[in-house]
Amino acid sequence: MEIVVVIKFVPDLVEDLTIDPVTHLLDRSFLRLLPNELDEHALEEALLLKEKHGGRVTVLTIDTGDVDETLFTAVAKGADRVIKITGEGFDQGVSNRRLAEIFQHALADVPFDLLLTGTQAVDDLDGFVGALLAERLGLPYVGYVTRVAAADGKLVARKEYPGGLNADITVSLPAVLGIQAAEKPPRYVVTSRVMEAMKKATIDEAKAGEAGEEPGVTVSRMSLPETGEHAEMISGGAAEVAAALVKLLRERGVVTQAR
Amino acid sequence: MSGEVWVVVEALRSDVSEISYTMLAAGRVLATGLKSRLSALLIGHPLEKLAGTLGAADLVLGIEHPTLAEFNPEAYLRAATAAIEAHAPRVVLFGHTAIGTDLASGVAHRLHLPVVTSCRSFRFDGGEPQFSSLTCGGKITATGALPAPSCVVTVMPGGYKADEGRVSQAPPLEILPLPAGLETVRTSFNEFIEPPAGDVDIAKQEILVSVGRGIQNKDNIALVEALAKSLGGVVCGSRPVIDQGWLPITRLVGKSGKQVKPKLYLAVGISGAPEHLEGVSEADTMIAVNTDGKAPIFDVAHFGTTCNALELLPILTEKLRSP
Amino acid sequence: MSVATSYEFLDKVIHATSDGKQIRKCLQCGTCSGICPYGFAMDYPPRSLIAALRADDWHGVLESDTIWLCVSCFACANVCPVKIPLTRGLLSVLKTEMLIGGRIPQELQAALGNSRRYGNAMGESPKKRAEWTKDFTIPVPVLASHKEPVDVLWFVGDYGSYHPRVQQVTRALAKVLYVLDVKFGILGPEENSDGDTQAFTGEWGLFELLARKNIKALSKYRYKDILTADPHAYNALKHEYPLLGLERPVKHHTQYLMEHIDRLRPLLQNRVTMRVTYHDPCYLGRANDNNIYEEPRQLLQAIPGLELVEMPHNRSLSICCGGGGGGMWLDGFAWEKAHVRTTEWRVREAVAAGAQVLAVACSYEAPRFEDAIKSTGNEGKLAVKDIAELLAESIFG
Repeated sequence: MEIVVVIKFVPDLVEDLTIDPVTHLLDRSFLRLLPNELDEHALEEALLLKEKHGGRVTVLTIDTGDVDETLFTAVAKGADRVIKITGEGFDQGVSNRRLAEIFQHALADVPFDLLLTGTQAVDDLDGFVGALLAERLGLPYVGYVTRVAAADGKLVARKEYPGGLNADITVSLPAVLGIQAAEKPPRYVVTSRVMEAMKKATIDEAKAGEAGEEPGVTVSRMSLPETGEHAEMISGGAAEVAAALVKLLRERGVVTQAR
Repeated sequence: MSGEVWVVVEALRSDVSEISYTMLAAGRVLATGLKSRLSALLIGHPLEKLAGTLGAADLVLGIEHPTLAEFNPEAYLRAATAAIEAHAPRVVLFGHTAIGTDLASGVAHRLHLPVVTSCRSFRFDGGEPQFSSLTCGGKITATGALPAPSCVVTVMPGGYKADEGRVSQAPPLEILPLPAGLETVRTSFNEFIEPPAGDVDIAKQEILVSVGRGIQNKDNIALVEALAKSLGGVVCGSRPVIDQGWLPITRLVGKSGKQVKPKLYLAVGISGAPEHLEGVSEADTMIAVNTDGKAPIFDVAHFGTTCNALELLPILTEKLRSP
Repeated sequence: MSVATSYEFLDKVIHATSDGKQIRKCLQCGTCSGICPYGFAMDYPPRSLIAALRADDWHGVLESDTIWLCVSCFACANVCPVKIPLTRGLLSVLKTEMLIGGRIPQELQAALGNSRRYGNAMGESPKKRAEWTKDFTIPVPVLASHKEPVDVLWFVGDYGSYHPRVQQVTRALAKVLYVLDVKFGILGPEENSDGDTQAFTGEWGLFELLARKNIKALSKYRYKDILTADPHAYNALKHEYPLLGLERPVKHHTQYLMEHIDRLRPLLQNRVTMRVTYHDPCYLGRANDNNIYEEPRQLLQAIPGLELVEMPHNRSLSICCGGGGGGMWLDGFAWEKAHVRTTEWRVREAVAAGAQVLAVACSYEAPRFEDAIKSTGNEGKLAVKDIAELLAESIFG
């Protein structure tokens, strides 16, 4: 099975996010980016499918400045080909619409049976890359997938609904799936293997195509949560806090006095 | 161009999902501000029963066919696209769910419309509708204008009370023509796989102690269980804890889990990402314990402490057991 | 790259250290397995591991996951009569093979991934590595902005920088250094995890990555000694970093402070009337024959009013706190397998020795022993203090 995985880089939420006082948008100057967690799950699912059914896994991403290690790590995990797409201003953030357009263009020479990507990402504001890309490619799309089973040229995707309910959906190939979780947690790859990949593997480069006319969303303002509505904080050591909480719970009738 | 506000209704197993009512409540706010009509697009089979709770809408537009009985991604996409193309509403609301997110982007691309995601609320600025979305793990609020003349939106719960959108009355039902190509769709619904039975239904519990990544390891869940027991409640958790296998899926609170409305929600080591908070939009008392004073959960909880849970929980349990 | 047979594996082990071939002389005496704190819970404690390899049972060895109970405490290597480098050689090389095969507990995976991405096992923002210096009475120079040479470059370490309990130790040490008029500086955000514990989880590649980043920073500044309160950092800086090109004098804070005892002693004004027992950290003592046993005791005995008592397992026989070799990030796993915590043994031993305070000198220890005090019901009976904290108490009251 020829499988493609597209990865996008998103802001690392471990860092404090700040708003640029002039643009009123996310200050990207000191932002650290990391691969979208669900895209890592998509890669894992792709590798699991390759292990089961054979074939090749190709990984694509756009070059936001610091993507090489992620691509070499993908090779060390078992990806057969990794491609980074270069273009102007990618480090400033790219909308999902534009991203889907870039990936569509780059995939013109990359035939595949199945394209996997994370069902969403933390910084999505204008749609979802997988679904947009599927529509551009004219392929069926199923999101919130937690398991992929292949048999007789068809695929059965397990789609996750709330409350632990799942549905099996048959999809004919080629298709695009939005991954919510891989069947196993993304595998660990030992650093020495990544170093080896850095020495031996190559990252193919492609140039991003021209931007077309895309209906966009203009965010006029970004802000950090207002400190207006905030929890009443209880301070002190564990014993003090515990005593305060018990008192609070009694006052609110959650626990009765005599127990 | 109708200038209308549309809500794309979601249903699972002949039950209209809660998000549909949230969207109707949101939709009414938009329709009032735009001085236009609120319509519910209902795709499914059979429609009469489903339409019975959509009284908050002025009109239900139905697309009915046996193959649409349960959600089938490509079939629903074709149906929704055809209907939206024909009527060109001002705003189309989809749920930010496993159903809505399958459809919103496809519709937007096919009809060359802007799509705005993760919206929680809307308001008007000088007569122009504005959206407010939560992004970056709930750390950032993004606002802007809903692009004219027509746009698609995905809606997250939390901005409006679902009850405000739930009216047990069937508005007029207009059946729309079937879109072309329903027989040739490349996706099909096979069957549902039920969640494991035999566990407590956290949605019915009054007291919940919820645990997140901050609990660090499975070992420490015992501390949380002990506290829950001393409170007469039950343990639940956020996604990372379930994914690690420390709690079964039936205990998941949030977008992919259960919606809970307890008297007490004690969140331990939970940061407060939107996907989780979606599940607790209405708790009487929420207390958050998290060593990160900046965690988004503190913007939603009534009370909080940055005390270390691993120290606090045993002491709290002891005090509750022997006051 | 991964091995397929016992012989290939043994070959790797033999070449991993300069004295690797000692493994051929194993007498199967079993002293290693006997002294191992988790030996009873392992499928293949060291002796059995060597026996299994000699019997060509490589698959059996790979199937087991109990190697992750090894806390790299050097107890086995320390007692081996033919001096097989068990900890640095056999056991860590087996862990590497497990990693290559993807056989790694999830808990540990997160810590290693964080180390790679954020330069610390906790996954904290590297920018906040010097946050402990904010709102602090003592000025702590961060070398990138401090243009002058210093006496001492203080390598603070992950836990000393980020863990709330260990930050208390860090601040106590800062106060002691300040009052001694030591010109010190820290790397702050330029500092990465020393990598020593990551190395002993088998991730020698990750260790090298972290070490090289640290060496780049450590080579930029002018100082006489590198000081650290973390024996793991001490061990790496002393034994491994020179192999990667950084040769500087390294001192543990107890060594350094003993060198200055003549100036320190008059400052120890306040009586600390406590019966104190000292826990020898594995990496300060028996690991790599570092053998720093007396300086910590001498410092404690310099504190007026302090009575020092010994636990039976002292010096090279010390019972590991369970934090090394990845143990710090495998407590859930260790509990599930062994249902015992080495810290609880140690705490009970301290109480039995009549101590009121368990003195420590390693960044892992204060939080670990404090948890064990709670879980053994000894709250109020025993307290944990780093030597730096006890000194600060005597100086400042």
